[in-house]
Amino acid sequence: MNPKTMNKLALTTIKVITGLVVVILAFLLGRILLQGVPHISWRFLTTASQEFVAGGGIAYQLFNSFYLLVLTLLLSLPISLGAGIFLAEYAPKNWLTEVIRMAIEILSSLPSVVVGLFGFLLFVVQFKLGFSLIAGAIALTFFNLPLLTRNVEESLKSVSNLQREAGLALGLSKWTTVLKVIIPEAVPGIVTGVVLGAGRVFGEAAALIYTAGQSASVIDFTNWNPFDAASPLNWSRPAETLAVHIWKINSEGIMPDAAAVSAGTSAVLIIVVLLFNLSARYLGNRLHRKLTSADK
Amino acid sequence: MDVGKYDLNDTEILQFDPQQTELALTTKDLQVYYGKNHAFYDGSLQFERYKITSLIGASGSGKSTFLRSLNRMNDGVARVTGQIWYRGLDVNSPQINVYQMRKQIGMVFQRPNPFSKSIRDNITFAVRENGIKEQKKLDEIVETSLKQAALWDEVKDDLNKSALSLSGGQQQRLCIARAIAMQPDILLMDEPASALDPISTLKVEETMMELKKNYTIIIVTHNMQQASRVSDYTAFFHLGHVIEYAQTKNIFTFPQKRATDDYVSGNFG
Amino acid sequence: MDPIKTKIQTRSKETRQEIWGQLLSYAAIILIVAVVCSIFMFVASKGLATFTKDHASLRDFLFTTDWSPTTMGKDGRPLVGALPMIAGSFGVTVLAVIFATPFALGTALYMTQLAGKHGQKLLQSVTELLVGIPSVVYGFIGLNVVVPFVREHFGGSGYGILSGAFVLFVMVLPTITSLTVDSLRAVPSHYQAASLALGATEWQTMYKVTLRAALPGILTAIVFGMARAFGEALAVQMVIGNATLMPHGLLTASSTLTSVLTMGIGNTVMGTVGNNALWSLALVLLLMSLLFNLVVKWIGRKGRI
Repeated sequence: MNPKTMNKLALTTIKVITGLVVVILAFLLGRILLQGVPHISWRFLTTASQEFVAGGGIAYQLFNSFYLLVLTLLLSLPISLGAGIFLAEYAPKNWLTEVIRMAIEILSSLPSVVVGLFGFLLFVVQFKLGFSLIAGAIALTFFNLPLLTRNVEESLKSVSNLQREAGLALGLSKWTTVLKVIIPEAVPGIVTGVVLGAGRVFGEAAALIYTAGQSASVIDFTNWNPFDAASPLNWSRPAETLAVHIWKINSEGIMPDAAAVSAGTSAVLIIVVLLFNLSARYLGNRLHRKLTSADK
Repeated sequence: MDVGKYDLNDTEILQFDPQQTELALTTKDLQVYYGKNHAFYDGSLQFERYKITSLIGASGSGKSTFLRSLNRMNDGVARVTGQIWYRGLDVNSPQINVYQMRKQIGMVFQRPNPFSKSIRDNITFAVRENGIKEQKKLDEIVETSLKQAALWDEVKDDLNKSALSLSGGQQQRLCIARAIAMQPDILLMDEPASALDPISTLKVEETMMELKKNYTIIIVTHNMQQASRVSDYTAFFHLGHVIEYAQTKNIFTFPQKRATDDYVSGNFG
Repeated sequence: MDPIKTKIQTRSKETRQEIWGQLLSYAAIILIVAVVCSIFMFVASKGLATFTKDHASLRDFLFTTDWSPTTMGKDGRPLVGALPMIAGSFGVTVLAVIFATPFALGTALYMTQLAGKHGQKLLQSVTELLVGIPSVVYGFIGLNVVVPFVREHFGGSGYGILSGAFVLFVMVLPTITSLTVDSLRAVPSHYQAASLALGATEWQTMYKVTLRAALPGILTAIVFGMARAFGEALAVQMVIGNATLMPHGLLTASSTLTSVLTMGIGNTVMGTVGNNALWSLALVLLLMSLLFNLVVKWIGRKGRI
C-alpha cells in the first residue's frame, strides 16, 4: 500500500478508536444515570434498606459511606502529610530511601481485596475490633496512603526552593518553614489529590466487605453520642457502604426490587464520585488562583 | 584570554588590626566542597562592622558559595570546613544553634522570594514565630523595616495585598525589609539587584547606603559599578580563590594583582 | 556576658521544633513501611500454613485442578488445586489487556499527536471519569449489559472469562491510556519534527519514531494495566460465574483468585484448612503484584540504557 493511503487509513483508525472510547464512557454514564436516577427520590435516600421486601432505601449506607470517608481522611491525611514531608524534604538520597519508595509503590499496586483481607485478619480478628467502621477506615487508609503520600510529595516538590531558603534564612526551623510556608503554597495540589482520593475511597468495596462488614446496623439519627452503639457516630458498629450494598444486592440480594435498588444506588454513587472529581478540579484551580493572584 | 594563567596563590589580602577596627565577622581557612569538588579555597577574610563589603568576580568564582557559607545556608548542600568567627564564636561548628545564628546573620537572595502572603505577613511572619505577638509592636516593626527598606511610601496603604502583586524591585526591597525586621547584625546579600531593572537597582543601592548605619553588609555582585558605588571594601574572587581584598577605591584604581586588574578593566568575566 | 552569644550557643524553640517535626515525619514513613511489611508477613504466614501445617503439596496447588480444600485426596493431603483460579486470573487479565491496548494506544496517539487543546482536555476528562467509576458499578453494568450481550452473541450462560475480560477491558483502559500518554509526551518533539521533515507521513512518524521511542513507557503502562486487572475483585466476581472448575472455554462459568477469595473468606473458619487455602490464594495475588512491580522496575532500567 502506498504510504499516503496507509497514513490516511491509520489516522482514520485512530480517530475511530478514540471516538469509540468516548462512546463507551458516554454509554456507561448514560446507562447508569438513565437507569438509576428515576429511582432516586427523597424517600429512597432517607429510608432504611430492606432485605426481603421491596421499597428499601439507602439512608444508612449513604451515611456510612460519608462517615467512613471522613474517618479515613482523618487517619490518612496526617500520616500521608508526614510521609510526604519526609520524602520531599528530609529523605537522604540513598538506598534506604529507594527501598521506602519501592514499599510505597508496592502498597499502591496491591489488590484492594488483599488490603481488605489483611485488615480483616489484623484488626477484625486479631485486635478483636469486629466488623466495624474503624476497621474499615483503617483498611481504606492503607489503600489511600500511597496515593496521598505521593501527591503530597509532588505538591511539596513543586514549590520553589527559593521559598525554603527564604524561611531558613530568617532563622526558622526547616519544619516550621515546611509547615507554614511550603505547605500553604502546596495546598492547591494537595487538596486536588485528597478530593480525587476521596472519590476512590468512596467507591471502594473490596477492601470493606471483610472490614466494615456487609450489614447496616440500625442507627438512630437522634443519638449523637459516639460511644452509644446505636449512634451514627459510633465507629465500632458494622457499616455497609453504598458500594458494598450494590455488591451485596447483586450477589445475594433477594428483595424483589434488587435491580431497581442497585441501579439507584449506582447512580447515587456515580453522582457523588463525579461531584468529587469536579470539585477537585474546581477547588484546585480556585485555590491556586487565590494563592498566586495579585489581589487578595 | 586564558584565565588559567594567573597564579592563584599569589594573593593580596587586607588585614585589619582588631585593636583599632571593630570586626563583625572573620573567616579563617574556609574551604567549600560540593561532593568531591573543591569549590572554594582558603578564605580568610575580615569584615569591618557597619561597612559594606563587596565580593566580586566572574560566574563560578566561588563568591556566592562563600557568602552562603557564612550563615550556613550551605548546610546539607556542601561541606564547609574552616572557621567563621562571630562574637567570639566559631559559628561553623556543630554546637552552634544555626537558627539563632541566622537571626543575627540575615540574608537576601538573588531572585526576590517573598512568601505568597500579604505584604504585612511577609514581615511579621518570622517575627511572630520569634515570639512577638503584640499587635502594636508588630505594626511598629512593619513600619520601621519597610521605611528602612525604602518601601513604606509605596505600600503603606496596601499592606494586606499579596506580596506577589508587587513589582520585582519592590519585592526585593520587601525581602530586605523582611530580613531587617529580625534585627540582624549582619546582612548578606547575594546579587540582590541582578534580577532588577536599573531604577529598582538604584533604589536598592540607596537602601543599602541607608542600612549601613545600623548593619554590616556583605554583598555579592556581578556589577562592578555597583561595587564601586556602594562598598567600602571589595574582595576579588577568581576560580575559587580570593585574589585580592582591599579598600574599594584601591581595587578599582590601583589593583595589585594582574587578575584583578584584568577583571576590573573588563578583560574577562 | 553577651546575650546574643549565649543565644547562639543554646538550644531554642527552633531546635525543638525541628526534632519533633523530624520525629513525626520519620514516624509516618516508618508506619507505612511497617504496614507493607506486616501485610507481607501476615499473608505469607497464613498462606504458607496450607503447606507447612496442613501438608498440602505446592505442586498440587499450582498444577492440579481439584479445589476442595476441606476434603482429603487419596494421598491424605487436602485437595488444593488452584490451577482453575490461576488460569482464570491470567485468562481475564491477558484478554482484557489484549482488548484494551489497541484502544489505549489509539486514544493516546490521538490525544498527544492529533487532538487540539479542547480535544485533549475532553479526553483527559474521559480517562479520569473512567478511572473514577467504582468497580462495583462496573460489575453491576457487567451483570446487566455485558452478561446478556455475551449470552446472546456468543452463547453459553453469559457468565465466564469473556464477560470478565470485557468488564476489565474498560477498567484497565484508562490506566493504560494515561500512562501511555505520559510516555508519548516525554518523546522530544524534535524527533517527530525531524521525521516529518524527512518526508515521512504522520503515521510513519508515529509508528516508527514516536511509538518506538516511547516503547518502554508503553510496556510499563501495559504491565500496570495487567496489575490492575489481576487484582480486581468484585467487578470480575460479579460476572465470571464463580465455578472453581478449570475453564473449558471463554464462555463457561469460571473463577479467579480474587473472586474465590471474596466469596470464600466469610464462609470458612479461621485456622482451618479451607481458610488457610484461601490465604494461599491471597499470597499468590501478593506475589504477582510484587512481580508486576519488579517487571516495571526492570523495564525502567532497560529503557534507560
